[in-house]
Amino acid sequence: MADQSAAGRTRRQIYEDRLRRRSLIIAGSSTTIVVLAVLFLVPMAPGWEKVQKSFFNWDVFAKTFPGLLEAFMLDVAIFAWCAPLIAILGLLVALARDVRSPALFPLRILGAAYTDIFRGVPVILTVYLIGFGIPGLGLPRPWNSPYIWGSLALILTYSAYVAEIFRSGIESVHQSQRSAAESLGLSESDTIRFVILPQAIRRVIPAQMNMLIALQKDVALLSFIGPVEIFRQAGVYKSLLANFTPYVGAAVIFLAVTIPATRYADYLLAKQNRERS
Amino acid sequence: MKTTSFISIVFALSATSALAGGHCAAGKTLTEGKLTIATGNPAYYPWVMDDSPESGEGFEAAVAYAVAAEMGFAADDVVWVRSSFDEAIQPGAKNFDMNMQQYSITPERDEVVDFSAPYYSAPMAVLVVGEGKNAEATLEGLKGLLWGAVGTTTAVPMLTDLIQPDSDPLLYGDNADVTAAMQAGQIDAALFDLPTALFLSAVMIEGSSILGQFPADRSDNPDQFGMLMEDGNPLKACVDEALAALTDSGALAEIEAKWLQDTTGVPLID
Repeated sequence: MADQSAAGRTRRQIYEDRLRRRSLIIAGSSTTIVVLAVLFLVPMAPGWEKVQKSFFNWDVFAKTFPGLLEAFMLDVAIFAWCAPLIAILGLLVALARDVRSPALFPLRILGAAYTDIFRGVPVILTVYLIGFGIPGLGLPRPWNSPYIWGSLALILTYSAYVAEIFRSGIESVHQSQRSAAESLGLSESDTIRFVILPQAIRRVIPAQMNMLIALQKDVALLSFIGPVEIFRQAGVYKSLLANFTPYVGAAVIFLAVTIPATRYADYLLAKQNRERS
Repeated sequence: MKTTSFISIVFALSATSALAGGHCAAGKTLTEGKLTIATGNPAYYPWVMDDSPESGEGFEAAVAYAVAAEMGFAADDVVWVRSSFDEAIQPGAKNFDMNMQQYSITPERDEVVDFSAPYYSAPMAVLVVGEGKNAEATLEGLKGLLWGAVGTTTAVPMLTDLIQPDSDPLLYGDNADVTAAMQAGQIDAALFDLPTALFLSAVMIEGSSILGQFPADRSDNPDQFGMLMEDGNPLKACVDEALAALTDSGALAEIEAKWLQDTTGVPLID
């Protein structure tokens, strides 16, 4: 009993700690070896200098980075006004696909057709079609702005995906909950509002985080119809300087946003799994 | 009629072959004493007027006769043939001494065919639609327009450095997208090189017009047109010499002003 009182740990715990330390050391050294190998072996490749000059050119990076960061603000803005609208439209479509009343069956068909079409069509086609097509019908300025219609294209496409995720959340709430709500005298809309949605939405938040991350990158597709956001700005720099480093700079900016967001989504998912088990 | 003109050509041939005898081009052309020049089928305004290069009307037709004269050929000794664009840039023997149909000189093409010195540097031109048509053709007048351009071309630095528009320009991936944005009324004006702008305004974008063109030396690395010749054609030295003489004398610039500024009605923006 002496060893137990000394550290307050059992022999089993001490053994497990030792195992954990050992695996940490092994993992650390193998990672170091791989990183060092990459750092030393890649520069030994015959074409490295050329690749470094055109992809990892520090001077170009420093020169173009402020401009890229400024252009990225446009991405952020587009993202900021699209995301809430996507959430609202996505939820509405999901609810439309969930209506139980026979009279509202056309709504279900409409919802299904909507998700089928906008998930099936490439985003870039939607962006072109809506971004150039609708203004081409003869809308006056400023209503023909590529910002408005390009954003609408993103909203329509992403709402289709988001709606399907919401729907999976709604369907994951057990039928017995609806029955229970009904027996308590809640109306159908109150059942959805107070019983189903609070559970459904919470369950799909990690999956929706992934949609946000995807949207954040797809905002760059708006550059095809004119707005000079980070991707287009990087392309302009690339042509001017005949160097691909600006794209690397853009990637760095994207990663600075997406990696924390991805980690956060992972954390939410892990937390949810812990709570459920 | 046909026979008489043929006979007159034969006479002209015999008369001028003596004239060309001491000249650079002697013995280097497809047919001795004649200069065979190819153009497109059909050839377009403003490069060749009314698809008849024999008239010497139109920029390329005029340049062709000026070069021929400089090389010692009389106008009657210039023979026109037609060729398709793609057929002429393929390697192999040619049925012409030189071919003029707005061939841009590129290193890739230069591997399989020869180009003369450039006879034209395509300047940047301003294509406008809608509101843009009311703008003045001055740098000041251009600032207020909503601009578009292809993001990967040198039109972008020209826009941001020279014109400095009041609102940020919209940039696109290629000419087709700029065209679509113009048709959708999302931009008033766009920068293209003049030949592209002429084509777009005539064929592609209804209701568009060309407001003006910048001097060619304003664009960095402009598209340059050269006369296309068979690879290794000895005539190249003579053609280059003639073009250099025409450039120095200002004759080439005069032809350009006549056919690509006055005739097209595209004024110079300075």
